[in-house]
Amino acid sequence: MTAAVLDVSAEPIIHPGSIRRKRQNRLAWIARHSIAIVLVIMFLTPVIYLVLLSLMTSNQALTSDYWPNTWHPENYVKVFQNTPLPRYLLNTVIYAVTSTVLTLASSVPAAYALAKLKFRGRNVLFLVVICVMMLPPQVVTVPLYLMWARYHLTGSLAPLIIPALFGDAFCIFLLRQFLLTIPSEYLDAARVDGCGEWRTLLRVVLPMAKPGIAAAGLFQFFYCWNDYYGPLLYTSENEKAWTLTLGLASFRTVHHVDWNLVTAATVLAMAPLIIIFFFAQRAFVQGITLTGFKG
Amino acid sequence: MTAVRLRKNLTTLSFLAPALIGIAVFFLYPLISAVYFSFTKFDLLSVPEWVGLDNYRKMADDPFLLQSIRNTLWMVVVFVPVRIIGAIGLAMLLTTLRRGAGFFRTVFYLPALVPPVAATIAFVYLLKPGIGPVNHFLSKIGIDGPLWFNSPAWAKPSLVLLGLWAIGDLMVIFLAGVLGVPESLYEAASLDGANAWHRFWSITLPSIRPVILFAAVTGVIYTLQYFDQAAVAGSIASGQATTGAGISQSFGYPEGSTFTYPLWLYTVGFRYNALGYANALAIALFLAAFLVTLILMRRAKAFNAEEEL
Repeated sequence: MTAAVLDVSAEPIIHPGSIRRKRQNRLAWIARHSIAIVLVIMFLTPVIYLVLLSLMTSNQALTSDYWPNTWHPENYVKVFQNTPLPRYLLNTVIYAVTSTVLTLASSVPAAYALAKLKFRGRNVLFLVVICVMMLPPQVVTVPLYLMWARYHLTGSLAPLIIPALFGDAFCIFLLRQFLLTIPSEYLDAARVDGCGEWRTLLRVVLPMAKPGIAAAGLFQFFYCWNDYYGPLLYTSENEKAWTLTLGLASFRTVHHVDWNLVTAATVLAMAPLIIIFFFAQRAFVQGITLTGFKG
Repeated sequence: MTAVRLRKNLTTLSFLAPALIGIAVFFLYPLISAVYFSFTKFDLLSVPEWVGLDNYRKMADDPFLLQSIRNTLWMVVVFVPVRIIGAIGLAMLLTTLRRGAGFFRTVFYLPALVPPVAATIAFVYLLKPGIGPVNHFLSKIGIDGPLWFNSPAWAKPSLVLLGLWAIGDLMVIFLAGVLGVPESLYEAASLDGANAWHRFWSITLPSIRPVILFAAVTGVIYTLQYFDQAAVAGSIASGQATTGAGISQSFGYPEGSTFTYPLWLYTVGFRYNALGYANALAIALFLAAFLVTLILMRRAKAFNAEEEL
C-alpha cells in the first residue's frame, strides 16, 4: 500500500485530464463553483450559528434571532465561573493526554513487530488486531464494566485510561500501515551496525516514523476528546469525574435553559480540536488516507 | 531451540507483550465472559445463574428489540449509502474545482472534527421547530418545515443530515481514491470520445471500487454501534431533565424512532440490570459485526496480512 500524501494547504489539485478541459465552457465553471459556495455556507452555518447564539443574552437565545442585539463575550467567562465546566475540561484533558501518550508508547513496539519482525503467528495476530478494531464497544461492555466495578474503579477516569497501557488496536493498525512504507534496508543497515531490535526501533525507526506517530496520536487524542460512550458508562455515577461530552449532554438540565451558556460550552468543546487541526492538517489528512487505501 | 533463536523470540515478545496483554484482558476475556453470561441470568447484586438458551429465546418476542433492529437496519440501508454517495460527490466536485480547492477541502472537512455530542446539540438547535433558523428560513421561502428531531418520521432523516454534515473523513478517503486513478485511463477514454459522465461511470467508479467496499463495511460497523448522536438528540429534543446515566430515560425520543440497537443494549444492561440478557444482545451484535468484517478481510487489499511492499 502506498500512503497517498495530500497536502491540504497546497495549491489546487490538478486533476488528470485538466488540460483537455481547458476549453470547458464558462457556464459549467460557474455552476461548479456556485455549488461549492452553497455547500460551504451549509457546512459553516451550524458552527457560526452556535457561536452567535453563545454571544446573546439568555433571553435572546430563546428567540428565533440569529444576530445578537448586544454582544456578550462574557458568557464565556460565566460558563467557567458558574458551571462545573472547568472540572469537565480538566477531566477531558487528563483523559485525552494520558491516554494518547500511553497508547502511543504501548502501540508503537507492537506495530513495529507486526510490520518489520518475522515471527510465527504474525499474520494471525494481525487478523486479531483487525477483529479487535472492528469490534463494536458495546459487545464487551458488560463484562468490562463488571471487571472495573470489582476493583471499585467505576466512577473514576481509571477505566478509560488504564487500557491505554496495553495498546490500542486502531493505533497499532495505523502505525503498522505507516511502518510498512519505511524501506527495510534502513533497518538492515542498523542491524549490521550491531543495533539490537529495540535500538533499531528507537534510533532509526522512530525518527522516520514521526508523521505516522503524529497521525496516530492525533486520532487517539481526538477519539478521547470526543468519547461519550466510555465516560457515560464508567463515570456517570460520579459527577466529579465527568468529561466535557458527558457534561455537555447534561448541561441543559443541570443549568436550566441558559442556551447561551450551553452553546458557549459547546463552542469551547470544539474549539481546541479545530485549532489543533489547523496546526497539524498534513499529519491528519495523511492519517485518514492511511486508514483507507488507494484502488 | 538454540540460544540465539530463544533470544530473538524473547525480543519479539518484549515488543508485543503490552498489546498481547491488552488483547487478552480487554478483548478475549470479556468476549468469552459475554458468551458465558449470555446463557445466565443475573444483575449487579446476584450471582449468574445458568438458564441455557432462555435469553436467546427471549429475543424472539421482545418488541423493543424488534423496534431497535428496525431502526438500526433503517440506518444501515439509508445512512451508509447516502454518506458514501455524498462523499464521492464532494470528492468529484473538489477534483474539478481549480480555484480555491484547498479552501473548499478544508471547509468540507472541518465538521468531521466537531465532537459528535456538540454537533448533535448544534443540529437540535438549528432544526428546532418554531425558533430554529432552518425552519425560519424555510417558512420565508414558503415551505412549512417538518418537526425534525421532534417528529417520529423525521428524527432519523435528521440524524442522516447530521451524518452528512460530518462527512469529511470519508470525503478525504474518496478524494485519495479518485486522485489515484491513472491518468492514462482517462486519456484513452477521451480518445474514444467519452464525456465527463461516461468517464465517471466507466473509469472512476470501477477504479475506486475497493474504496467503496472499505467505506461500506466500516460504515456498516459504525452504524451497528451508533450511540452518541441518537442518545443525545433524543435527550435534548425531548426537553426531559436527564443527567449522566439518566439519559437512558429519553432514549428513542420521539416514539422510539431513534431507538437503535446499542441504545436498547445499554438500557437492558445498565437501566434494567438484566445483565444476562444484555450479554445475549451483545453476542448477537458481535456476530453481525463479525460477518461484515469477514467480507472486508476477504475482499480488501489493505487488510491483507501477506502484503509486501
